[in-house]
This record gives sequence, structure tokens and C-alpha cells, in this order.
Amino acid sequence: MKRSVFKNRGLPYLLVLPQLAVTLVFFFWPAFESLRLSFFRTSAFGDRVVFVGLENFRKLLVSGDYYQSVVNSFIFAFGVTALGVGAGLFVAALATQNVRGLTAYRTAVLWPYGIAPPIAGIIFLFIFHPSYGVLPYWLSFVTAYEFNWLLKGWVAMALVVIATAWTHVGYNIAFFLAGLLAVPTSVLEAASVDGAGALRRFRLIVFPLLAPITFYLVVVNLFFSFFSSFGMIHAVTQGGPGGATEIMVFKVYKDGFIGLNLGSSAAQSVILMLVVIGLTALQFRFVEKRITY
Amino acid sequence: MPAVLETRRRPLDWHALVVHALLLACVALIAFPLYYAFVISTQTVEQVIARPPVLRPAGHAVQNYLEAWTRAKMGRLLWNSAVVAVVSALGKIVISVLSAFAIVYFNFRGRTACFWLILVTLMLPVEVRIMSTYEVIGNLGWLDSYAGLTVPLMASATATFLFRQFYLTIPHEMVEAAQLDGAGPMRFLWSFLVPLSWANIAALFVVLFIYGWNQYLWPLMITNTEAMRVVVIGLQDLIPRTGTHIPEWNIMMAAAMMALLPPVAVILFMQRWFVKGLVESEK
Repeated sequence: MKRSVFKNRGLPYLLVLPQLAVTLVFFFWPAFESLRLSFFRTSAFGDRVVFVGLENFRKLLVSGDYYQSVVNSFIFAFGVTALGVGAGLFVAALATQNVRGLTAYRTAVLWPYGIAPPIAGIIFLFIFHPSYGVLPYWLSFVTAYEFNWLLKGWVAMALVVIATAWTHVGYNIAFFLAGLLAVPTSVLEAASVDGAGALRRFRLIVFPLLAPITFYLVVVNLFFSFFSSFGMIHAVTQGGPGGATEIMVFKVYKDGFIGLNLGSSAAQSVILMLVVIGLTALQFRFVEKRITY
Repeated sequence: MPAVLETRRRPLDWHALVVHALLLACVALIAFPLYYAFVISTQTVEQVIARPPVLRPAGHAVQNYLEAWTRAKMGRLLWNSAVVAVVSALGKIVISVLSAFAIVYFNFRGRTACFWLILVTLMLPVEVRIMSTYEVIGNLGWLDSYAGLTVPLMASATATFLFRQFYLTIPHEMVEAAQLDGAGPMRFLWSFLVPLSWANIAALFVVLFIYGWNQYLWPLMITNTEAMRVVVIGLQDLIPRTGTHIPEWNIMMAAAMMALLPPVAVILFMQRWFVKGLVESEK
């Protein structure tokens, strides 16, 4: 397609300048700096820098702590994604049924998206609180098990997973609603005339049409919980108890900013960038697929 | 479960009843944490720690909110958050509109390279390059400043991509018409493109405002003084950690309610734009 364009010479450069400046200074420079630092060992005061090659990476690969943070990240990310996407689909499917008051229902389930994950974390921290929280109190009628996130690693993990999924469920619902409303009603009506029940219609017609959106949401939820959940962990569990909720982004911060082990932190950043590139490639394949529809 | 078409004619619509019941259950489940936080924010410490838990609002809201406001210096925190959210959102929109405009409406050397340079930033969330970005800000002398809090948040590949897609849908006869009328590029941008994209801008603003308001890691790292902290971080001081502290969860929750209200209010008031912005900005 041939487009009409303006002829000015210098103007386009001036127009892209602010965006490029921010991008180069705050994205590319730090990214290359991380890559460079990952090959060096820096003393705690930053006065001595020694080239160590791949040593930082080798140390990470044999470190039990790092291995645990990788496992934690996967448990966390897959937990948030399964819970958030599953609940989102369920609620969105309900909110597109033919009943009154749908607008009110939709509003009532979307808003948690506005709540900052750390604040959501604090609220759930109290709901789970071993001595004052309402959840351990209710559970104590069912089981004598002590749901104490300060002592039990898996309770702490459940706490941050549920709180994170809660902040993200509105987002998932919004996308599933958009997808479900795009399903042609004539097809559904035809199936219904043919005697297909609601569940059968959902499984055979709606779900295949929703598959691209579901895939997109899975990638985005994984992305979100892998990379944007620092605040949740920092505000709620600080990685504890005993490292049970220490996920990779939290460890980058802890080793770099608190432990001042810049080389290791940079090497961890580089590994995270590789994960991001992988997830982005997945997402692009999805975008391409959408375009060919 | 019988099909929708059959049940619609019956006097008692079981399908609708079941859907309503399930929807109400979902709403209750999703709303409970917020309701609970609100209830706690209105109670005295004695009511907070009472067993069985009191799940009704009590009458101490005013005292708790005033106490939280003064103790956490909420005025300053909320102001800082508002500055970060509004400035970073507006900044993102402005630089994205400009660069998308350049990429669509001009032929210049390096245009494709520019587009890819911007698009690649999709792959670099601040969390993965945190230490070196901190260093860069330190070198610029921007620690503890509004510039440091807002400018690094302004590059947005998604916003640029969104405006680019939108401009590509605008018929190019418009450009020719504008050129025939003697309008220069900036005039065309300001009098044609911007008015046409108000809806996109509003939608994007809502999403970016919430994104900026809820930033945590970045402000945590680059601000050291109380005067520059944002509300999501300032709340930390109020968490009654285990130990000798009085469990003042009521004060904590009062502060949390004040901190979460602005972005939630933005969603509720601008719901139509919010959903549009959400669905469009991520595709």
C-alpha cells in the first residue's frame, strides 16, 4: 500500500527523539550494562571489578538457593495462571448468560484490577493472619491443621498465589468477556435447536473460539507473575518462611540491592531476560496467528 | 440443565436462577477481601482481635482514618502517587503519539530501525534490569526526584504500537486533503489525528494511570526520603509485624482503603474506557 506522507526532513527525527531517548537511556543502556556486569565480579564497595567470564552463571547453576528460586517462580507463576485464568473464564462464561443485570455484575467483578498487588497482599495477609485472621479461624472448625504462613512454606505460597490471582482476575474476565461476546449467537442458537445443552455448546463451540484468547492470557499471566510480582513478595512474605516464596525477581533485588553481589544479580537479570525473550516470542507467534484469521 | 430456548417460556426460569446464584457467589467471593478490609478499618483494636471475628462495620471509621492519615502522612504519599500516575501516563501518551505519528506519516532513513528499537522494549520489564537502571538514574543524579520516578516509566512499546495501528486505519485521503489545504504535519496531527483518537487516549490513560499508581519496585529503589515515597510503599510502615506491636490492623486497613480508592474509583467511573484500554493496549 502506498501512503501519502509529509516531506519534512528533520521533523520525523525530532518526533521520535523523546521516545528513543527514553528507550536508549532506560532500556538499552541498563540491559547492556547488566549483560556486561554478569561477566564481572564486583567488590561490595564497587572499587574492584574483576573479569570472571561465565563464573557468575556457573555459580548460579550449582546453587541450591537459586534452584529453589527457579522452582518457586514456576510454582508461583503456574499457580497464579491456573487460578486466575480458570476463575476468569468461569466468571466470564456466567456473565454472558442471558440474564438481567449483567452490566452491574460485570462491574462488580472487574475492579480488583485497580488494586496494587502489594496492597492486595496486605489485605490477604490479614485474612490469613494466624491469630487474628478470619480464614484460619473458619478453617479451625474443619481441621485442626495450623494454617500459619509464618511457619509453613506452602501456606505462604498459597497466600501470595491467591492474592496475586485476585488482583489479576478482573483483567482475565475483561478479555474473556470480549472473546465470548464475539461468538456468533446464530451458531449457538443452531446448536441449541439441534439439542446441544449449555455445557456441550460451551465445550464444542465456545471453547475452540476462545482458545487464542486463552493462550494469550496464559502467556500474559505467566509473564505478569514471573516479572511483576516483586511487590507482592516484598510486602507480604519477604521471600520467607525459609525461602519458600523467594521468586527469581525477588532474588535479583535481594542479592543485588541488599547483598551487593552485583555480578550474581546481573547474571540473574540476564537469565530473566532470556525467559522474557522466550515468552515474547510465544506471544508474537500468537499475534501472527491472529492476523492470519 | 435444559437449553436456554426451552426454559425461557416457563414461569420459573431455573437456568436464570442458577446463573444469578452463581454470579452472586462469584461477586461475593471477589468482593469479600475488600469488604473485610473495610470492616476492619471501622473497628477498634479490641474488635479486630475478637474471637469470633466481627464481620460488621463498627463506628470507629472517622478516628481510624484520621489516625492513619496523620501517622502515615497520607497527604504527601497520595500526592506523590498522583504525580507519578498522571505524569507518567501523560508522558507515555505524548511521546507515543509523536513517535507513532513519525513512523506512519513520514519516510525517513532509519524508520524501520526506530520501530524495532521501540518494539524490543516490550521484552525488557524494569524488574529484569533493575540494578543497572538504578545505576543509570544514579549517574543522572535523579535519585529521590520526580524525574527519576516518572521518566523511566514513559517509554511504552504497547502505546506506540496501539497508536500506530490506529493511524494506519485512517484513510490517507485525509492527509492529501490536509496537504491541499496547506496544513503542515503538526497542524494535521493536532487538528485531525488527536481529535480522532480521543477515545483511544482516554482508554489508554485509565490503564496507564493505574499502572503508574501501582508501581512498587521502581519507587522503592530510587527514593530514600519520606517526602518522595509513594503510597503503595508508605503503607509498609503500618503493617503490624509480629512481636511487641499492638495489632493495629484497623489503622493499617484504613490507610489501605485510602490508597486503593483512587485507581478503583477511576475504573468504576471510566469503566467503558477502562475495558477498551485494557483489551486494546495489550493486543
